[in-house]
Amino acid sequence: MRRYLIGKIAQAFLTVVFVIAFNFFLFRIVPGDPAALLLRGTSAFNPDNVEQLRQDLGLDKSLPVQFLVYVKDTATLNFGESFFGRGAPVIEVISDNVWPTVLLVGTSTIASAVLGLIIGIYGGWKRGSKFDVGSLGFTLFVYAMPEFWFGILVLMAFAGGVGPFPAIFPTGGYESAASDLTGLAHLVDVLNHLVLPFSVLTIAYLGQYSLIMRNSLIDVMNDDFVQTARAKGVREKHVLWRHVVPNALLPTLTLTLLSLGFVFAGAITVEYVFSYPGLGSLTVQAIDGNDYPLLQGLFLLFSVAVIVANLVADILYSYLDPRVRAG
Amino acid sequence: MRPPEALGHVAEEKPSAVELEPPPPGVPKSPRAIVWARRRRSASRIWRMYRRNKMGMAGLFILAFFIVVAAAAPLIAGEEALKATCECNGAPFSPPSWEFPFGTDNFGRSVLALTVWGSRISLTVGLLATVISMVIGSTIGIVAGYYGRWPETILMRLTDWFLVIPFLPLAIVLASILGQSMSVIILVIGVTSWPSDARIVRAQVLSVKTRPYVERAQALGASPWHLITRHILPNVGPLILANTILLIAIAILSETTLAFLGLGDPLTISWGRVLEFAFNAGAAGSGQWWWLLPPGLAIVFVVLAFTMCGFALDEIVNPKLRRR
Repeated sequence: MRRYLIGKIAQAFLTVVFVIAFNFFLFRIVPGDPAALLLRGTSAFNPDNVEQLRQDLGLDKSLPVQFLVYVKDTATLNFGESFFGRGAPVIEVISDNVWPTVLLVGTSTIASAVLGLIIGIYGGWKRGSKFDVGSLGFTLFVYAMPEFWFGILVLMAFAGGVGPFPAIFPTGGYESAASDLTGLAHLVDVLNHLVLPFSVLTIAYLGQYSLIMRNSLIDVMNDDFVQTARAKGVREKHVLWRHVVPNALLPTLTLTLLSLGFVFAGAITVEYVFSYPGLGSLTVQAIDGNDYPLLQGLFLLFSVAVIVANLVADILYSYLDPRVRAG
Repeated sequence: MRPPEALGHVAEEKPSAVELEPPPPGVPKSPRAIVWARRRRSASRIWRMYRRNKMGMAGLFILAFFIVVAAAAPLIAGEEALKATCECNGAPFSPPSWEFPFGTDNFGRSVLALTVWGSRISLTVGLLATVISMVIGSTIGIVAGYYGRWPETILMRLTDWFLVIPFLPLAIVLASILGQSMSVIILVIGVTSWPSDARIVRAQVLSVKTRPYVERAQALGASPWHLITRHILPNVGPLILANTILLIAIAILSETTLAFLGLGDPLTISWGRVLEFAFNAGAAGSGQWWWLLPPGLAIVFVVLAFTMCGFALDEIVNPKLRRR
C-alpha cells in the first residue's frame, strides 16, 4: 500500500514538473520576440519599451537561466504581472476570480453527478425501456450540443424573454451591480444570478454521469453474486440498492473526482456567455487582451488541478477497491 | 436473458456462407488478388452488419445531407452573400421571410447563406484536424505497442501527460500564441486530441502482436515494417476508423468553441464564427432566435451524426463491445 501511494505521488509530481516545463516552452515557441509579442497592439509598442520588457522578463539571459528563474518564480507562486489588471500580480487577479467559479462549477458538478446517477440507475435497471431509450437519446443530444450555444439559448429565453418565455432571471454577473445588499438578501441575489448558468452546466454534464452509471450497472447486473442474491429470494428492490448499486458506483465516483479537477477550467464558455466573473471569463479576457502572463498562470492552475484530482482519485480508489493496490 | 440493447446493439453474427465458400475454381490467383479479395469480403461483412444498425444508418443519412449541402453551397447561395456589402443583403435583423428563410444578421446577410457556407469550413476543419490527430495517435500507439520496452515507457508517459492537460485551455493557449488562421486551428485541434487514439491503438496492437500468425510471420523472417504494415495495421485499422469518426465529432465541437471565443480564422465563416458574431451583436438579448438556431442546430446534427456512425461502427469492430 505504501509503495503504491509513493509511486502515485511520485508520478503526479513528475507530471507537475512536465506541465511546468511544458508551460515554459509553450510561451517561448512564439515566432519572433516574446517581448514584442507582449506589447503588440498596445500603445507602449516601441523599441525602448521592448528592450525594457526584455530585461524585466529576463529574456536577455540564456535559456537555461531563464528556465531556472521561471521554476523558482513558479515555486514561489510568482507568475508575473497581468496586463489586464493594470500591472496587478497574476496570482492576485486569479485569486480574486476563483470563488465564483468554484461555486458555479462545484455545485453544478455535484448536482449533475447525483441526477446522472439516478437516471443511470433507473435506465440501466430497466434496460431497453422507454425511460432508458429516452435518456440515452437525451445524452447523445446534449453531448452533441456546444455548451455555450445551449447557454445562449437559455439566456435568450429566460433572461431576454422571447415569445412565451418569461424574462425572470438576470442576464449575467455574479450579483447585482452597485447594490449593497447584505445577509440573506445578498445570498438570494447571488443565487438568483447562479440559477441559469448552474442549470446549463448541470444539464450539459448530466449525460456523461448517467451513461457511465448505466453501463457499469449493466456490467454488474450480469455478475454471479446478483443471481445468487435473487436465488436467495432477496427482493428486487434490495437486489438493486444493496447489491448492484454499491458495486456499480465505483466508475462514477472516479469520473466525479476527475471532473472536480476541471472545476477551474470547466466553464470557460458558459461563464463567458453569462458574464459570470470567474476564471473562465478571465481566460476569455486574457485571450482578447493578449495577456500572456495571466494566460500562463491560468493554464498552470487548470493543469495542476487536474493532476491533483487524478491523484486523489487514484488514492481513494485504492482504498475502495483493494484489487487496484495488488495490481 | 434480456433483449439486446435498444440502441442498435449488433448481435454476434454467425460466419456467413460467403466466408466459408471455397474460392471459385479457375485461373490461379496472385497473392495480391487473394489478399484484396479477403479485404473486400471483410469490408462487405462489416457493411452488412452496419446496415442493420438503425442508429448508424440514421447518422449516415444526416451526414450525407450535410455533405450534399456543403458541396452544393454555391447553388443554394452565391458566395457574395457572405459579404457585408453585398447588394443582395436585406434589412438588418429581419426575421425569417420568403426571401430570407432563416432571417438576416446585423449586416442584413442571409443566415441561410452563412449556415450553408459555414458547413464547408466546419466540416473541413473537423476532417483535417482528425487526420492529424489520427496519424499522431496511431503512430505513437503502434510504435509503443509493437516495440515495447523503453519506447513504450516514454511514449505512454508522454500520452498520459497530454491526457492530463485540460484540452480546451491548451487549445486556447496554443491558438492565441500561434495566431488566427484556419491552418493554426486545424493544427491546434490535431495536436491536442491524439492521446485517446494512441491508447486505444496501443492496447489493440498488444493483443494482435501475440497472435500466432504474427509470430509465424516473425519466425519466417518478416521485418518490423512488413509486420506492422501487412499484419498489424490491417487488424487495428477498423478500430482506428471507428475512433476517428468519433474524434471528428469532437474536433468539430472544438473548432466551434475556439471560433466562438474569437480564436477562429477572421477570413472564413464557420458555424462557430456565426455564433460568435451573433452573440457579440447581442442576438440573445434582443431575442433574434433565427440568427442563433440554424448554425447551432447544424452543429448539433453533424456532431450527432458522426457520433452515431462512430458508435455503430465501434460496436461492430471493437472486440471489447462485441463480447458483451
